[in-house]
Amino acid sequence: MKTFTRVRKPHATHPAQEPRNATRPADTSPEQRRAAMARRIEVSDLDIYYGDFLAVRQVSMEIKANEVTALIGPSGCGKSTFLRSLNRMHEVIPGARVEGRIVMDGQDLYAPHVDPVAVRRQVGMVFQRPNPFPTMSIYENVLAGMRLNARRLSKSDADAIVERSLRGANLWEEVKHRLDKPGAGLSGGQQQRLCIARAIAVEPAVLLMDEPCSALDPISTAAIEDLIQELKTDYTIVIVTHNMHQAARVSQETAFFNLEGVGLPGQLVEMSSTKKIFSNPDNAATEAYVSGRFG
Amino acid sequence: MSTTTTERGTGRPARQRGDVVFAGVAKGAGVLILLALAGVTFFLTFEGIPGLTGDDSVYSGKDGFLSYVWPLVYGTVLAALIALLIATPLAIGVALVTSHYAPARLARPVAYTIDLLAAIPSVVYGLWGINFLAPRLVPGYQFLQEHVSWLPFFAGPTATTGRTILTAGIVLAVMILPIITAISREVFLQTPKLHEEAALALGATRWEMIRTAVFPHARSGIVSAVMLGLGRALGETMAVAMVLSATGVVTFNLISSVNPSTIAANIALQFPESSGERVNVLIATGLVLFVVTFAVNFAARSIVARGQIKG
Repeated sequence: MKTFTRVRKPHATHPAQEPRNATRPADTSPEQRRAAMARRIEVSDLDIYYGDFLAVRQVSMEIKANEVTALIGPSGCGKSTFLRSLNRMHEVIPGARVEGRIVMDGQDLYAPHVDPVAVRRQVGMVFQRPNPFPTMSIYENVLAGMRLNARRLSKSDADAIVERSLRGANLWEEVKHRLDKPGAGLSGGQQQRLCIARAIAVEPAVLLMDEPCSALDPISTAAIEDLIQELKTDYTIVIVTHNMHQAARVSQETAFFNLEGVGLPGQLVEMSSTKKIFSNPDNAATEAYVSGRFG
Repeated sequence: MSTTTTERGTGRPARQRGDVVFAGVAKGAGVLILLALAGVTFFLTFEGIPGLTGDDSVYSGKDGFLSYVWPLVYGTVLAALIALLIATPLAIGVALVTSHYAPARLARPVAYTIDLLAAIPSVVYGLWGINFLAPRLVPGYQFLQEHVSWLPFFAGPTATTGRTILTAGIVLAVMILPIITAISREVFLQTPKLHEEAALALGATRWEMIRTAVFPHARSGIVSAVMLGLGRALGETMAVAMVLSATGVVTFNLISSVNPSTIAANIALQFPESSGERVNVLIATGLVLFVVTFAVNFAARSIVARGQIKG
């Protein structure tokens, strides 16, 4: 049922055919609302370029639905670049492009007729540094994505979405009395959870996280890690992390990326269950990296 | 600077000489600009006050200063308003194209071209307005008069020369376009990537990204740009003096041959043949322009400040 043809105006002619209508809580039951279920993603033979420079070579992997997949590896190995190719954010950079296939639910995200904007509404993203919109209140920040999808949002619908998303991001109790205050006034950890709330407000199928805890203190990190565990019941999660312990704690699957050498493209070395990667990896480089003897 | 070391006995914190020099230069520049502004204010006030209460004969047939200056203020604000209404959307559009839409190798030449517009002297704009633009606008004005003359702005009768307040406004719009464009563009370019990507990752189109991330960030910068443009439009002398055929009336009619003059153009046109108290009157109108500019700036700032969420 899901297509990536973009519907511009939800209030226009054919409301029944609009995929994003599934996210409007007023006219759908909770079961229907979660119709945008977590998805699995199959990546095959993916080459990622910056202009003429091949940054990541020949990645093939399967990302399982309702699991947390961790991408680990040294700096510059292309794991963030790979992550950004999963929701077509890579091509935002001038000259950046991708060859290969990324298939979600039988649909190639890079097929010619696919609108990248529609892909990004299905595959949400949380960035390394918390980036709530500075001029918006907490309330408006959560709704930012919804405002793009459905212009006409009744006050009660909006309130419901804000509360549900903030509860989902474990932030509701901390901010419920100051929803009209700017999002930028929160602490770093709270801002990051606000960004997660903003991402899940539009109910994507997949949530990408690019080192979401690297700018946070240990307590905020623990809060985000707990949250990731809860979110995987609803979403497929892919997380890039430099923190080995974090990968071991939060993920079920782990993919290790590495560079063959300076100037050479990064590539996927090994992907397996997290348990196996951290106890008995197949590749010597993986073992060296996860045990801290890298080099 | 958590540990303030004091040099022997002086009791003052040690500072690098370069730091002291730079602080002094910066402070000096700040004081100088205030002094210049104060000097202009004093001159306008002292030279202008005698012009406020002169004999009726010095007001070119008007009874008193207020009735003399009112049409001029009206004309000044009207011409500037027309210019802003035309230039602001155009400038923001051009700025967006050069900052976010066009590829770099196209955007840069366009930006340079716009900047070049600022280098053209206003007398050249005046010539262009009177010889080129005005005659070519006449058919347009005739069309407006025929079809929408029920609007008071286009009541006509159309000026056959095309030298109307609307023409003057259009010339002013072209003149203030570069400054608004250049500043807006710089502010747009400074939008944090972080926020642009936040919007894009939520599934925003480019335009939605601009509205969610770029405009909120650029808000006060755009207002500054528009204020600078407005300042130039309010004070522009030569181009208006040349283009506008002024008769000193107050009218909404934008396309007729009877037009209000502007303060600056009026000073330029009257000054050569004025002496004594009549000069004071002209300076007094300059003071009024000064006050109007301040008031408009102040109002715009407070409007912007009100729209922001506070923590």
